[in-house]
Amino acid sequence: MQKIKTVLGTCAAMALTAGVAMAGPAEDKLILNEEIEMVTVTTAPDHMSDAMDTIYSGWHFRGVETRAMQSDDFDNPGMIAVEQAEDAWNTVDGSEGKSCASCHDGSDSMAGVKPVYPKWSEAAGEVRTLEHQINDCRENRMGAEKWKYTGGTMQGMVALIASVSRGMPVNVAIDGPAQSMWEQGKELYYTRTGQLELSCANCHEDNYGMMIRADHLSQGQINGFPVYRLKNTKLNSVHARFKGCVRDTRAETYKPGGQEFIALELYVTSRGNGLSVEGPSIRN
Amino acid sequence: MRTALAALAALALSTHAGLAGEVAPTDVNYMDGAVEMSLSGTAGDATEGRSIVGSKKKGNCVACHMVSDLADVPFHGEIGPPLDGAGERWTEAELRGIVANAKLTFEDSMMPSFYKTEGFIRPGKAYTGKAADDTFGPLLTAQQIEDVVAYLVTLKE
Ligand code: HEC
Ligand code: HEC
Ligand code: HEC
Repeated sequence: MQKIKTVLGTCAAMALTAGVAMAGPAEDKLILNEEIEMVTVTTAPDHMSDAMDTIYSGWHFRGVETRAMQSDDFDNPGMIAVEQAEDAWNTVDGSEGKSCASCHDGSDSMAGVKPVYPKWSEAAGEVRTLEHQINDCRENRMGAEKWKYTGGTMQGMVALIASVSRGMPVNVAIDGPAQSMWEQGKELYYTRTGQLELSCANCHEDNYGMMIRADHLSQGQINGFPVYRLKNTKLNSVHARFKGCVRDTRAETYKPGGQEFIALELYVTSRGNGLSVEGPSIRN
Repeated sequence: MRTALAALAALALSTHAGLAGEVAPTDVNYMDGAVEMSLSGTAGDATEGRSIVGSKKKGNCVACHMVSDLADVPFHGEIGPPLDGAGERWTEAELRGIVANAKLTFEDSMMPSFYKTEGFIRPGKAYTGKAADDTFGPLLTAQQIEDVVAYLVTLKE
């Protein structure tokens, strides 16, 4: 818990931030639709126990209203995209005359899928994100066009698949055939990139709970993705978020959907093993 | 943050043309992290320095530091210590060294090196996400460093 520093001089800075912010994660409980108790704080997984004791969902670092908005599907704007994806799920597309439902039945058959992605695909011999797996089904099983990796249609589908696993613990495998990819992701996480020479860890491991200018730093967890951001009023993919954070170190970013970000996604997901799947969540 | 482009263009001019009396980022002489000699050869302007420290588009020091004297600027961060009293804690030469390249004073510091042009991993073209090109220059010019130092010296508790 040494990380939840109550920094001196904070008070002065806080006073300026209109009383919204506070050092450290907010003490609060997320109960979804007055029904599902979400795990938003838990013991850090073993592989990172030397870095921190406790992991927190990004939900704890947002304001009261944003937190409340996520607790009810009627108030969650991300759920509109989920409804649209439900239509897409049942819509025939491509040369084979099939919809997702033709092979997978209802979308609720996807419960339990999101918690284990990114995942090693034995058949393909590679680590895949959900986006890659969905496009594989579209291209190779439906004879349909790929969806844009970070685009709204794709992220809506990822949100639908995430939504049926909400409340289940994130549990990606980091050993076996996925291990080398995981190591690569870890390496990226600790690399200080760009002209500002900042690593993910500088901000999200060493300084979470602190204010960086007007932003309250979280642990940069991705259990809540896709994320509906109030800032751009749409669903945001994991890789788009990574891209933004790398860009902000004044670095040349990596490509969404590319090997580096797949590795980073696997590693960052594993830092959240034990937190509930929350997607689509709401952040600012 | 993004509009640092114009500043960079200006930087390119100053660094590449090598203004008379200016010490290039690669030629700065650090002694235990401190830099005795003025980088620009022209005295710093504390008023200008104050604006650089508070400006998102220039130093953006307040992203990480609280400064009581800049109460008119909203949102001060808390990653580094408050700069109040910095002019008492450090000599001018030490402050110049900290602003130019803090990592030589504080090992592995999270503070960016404001007068450095080499040794980066995947340097970008400002905040575009694209690779750096020939407009690449230090985060602050020699004169801007001097202005910031002139301001920091005035910060007494
Ligand atoms: C023609 C049948 C077919 C269609 C149509 C189809 N899929 Fe699949 N899908 C499969 C098969 C078979 C697998 C298992 C493949 C494997 O393990 O490599 C699979 C696997 C998946 C998985 C991974 C599940 C897991 O447990 O890892 C996801 C996610 C998925 N499909 C989503 C979709 C979506 C979304 C659509 C519609 C856009 C779709 N699929 C359309 C046959 C289909
Ligand atoms: C200069 C500091 C900084 C660095 C370096 C940085 N980030 Fe961020 N990141 C932020 C800020 C500020 C936010 C928005 C507030 C928050 O959730 O922390 C954010 C948000 C995020 C989020 C969204 C979290 C959520 O709950 O929705 C993720 C994921 C993330 N960052 C991952 C990364 C990764 C991976 C890296 C390294 C490639 C990285 N960040 C580097 C500052 C940084
Ligand atoms: C990304 C965050 C960050 C930014 C931006 C930043 N600093 Fe720092 N600064 C730090 C940290 C962290 C320390 C503490 C030293 C350490 O242990 O790394 C520090 C230390 C200092 C110190 C010594 C503090 C003292 O009084 O003991 C001074 C002076 C200073 N910074 C000035 C500046 C100025 C001027 C700027 C803008 C041109 C700036 N900093 C921008 C993070 C930052």
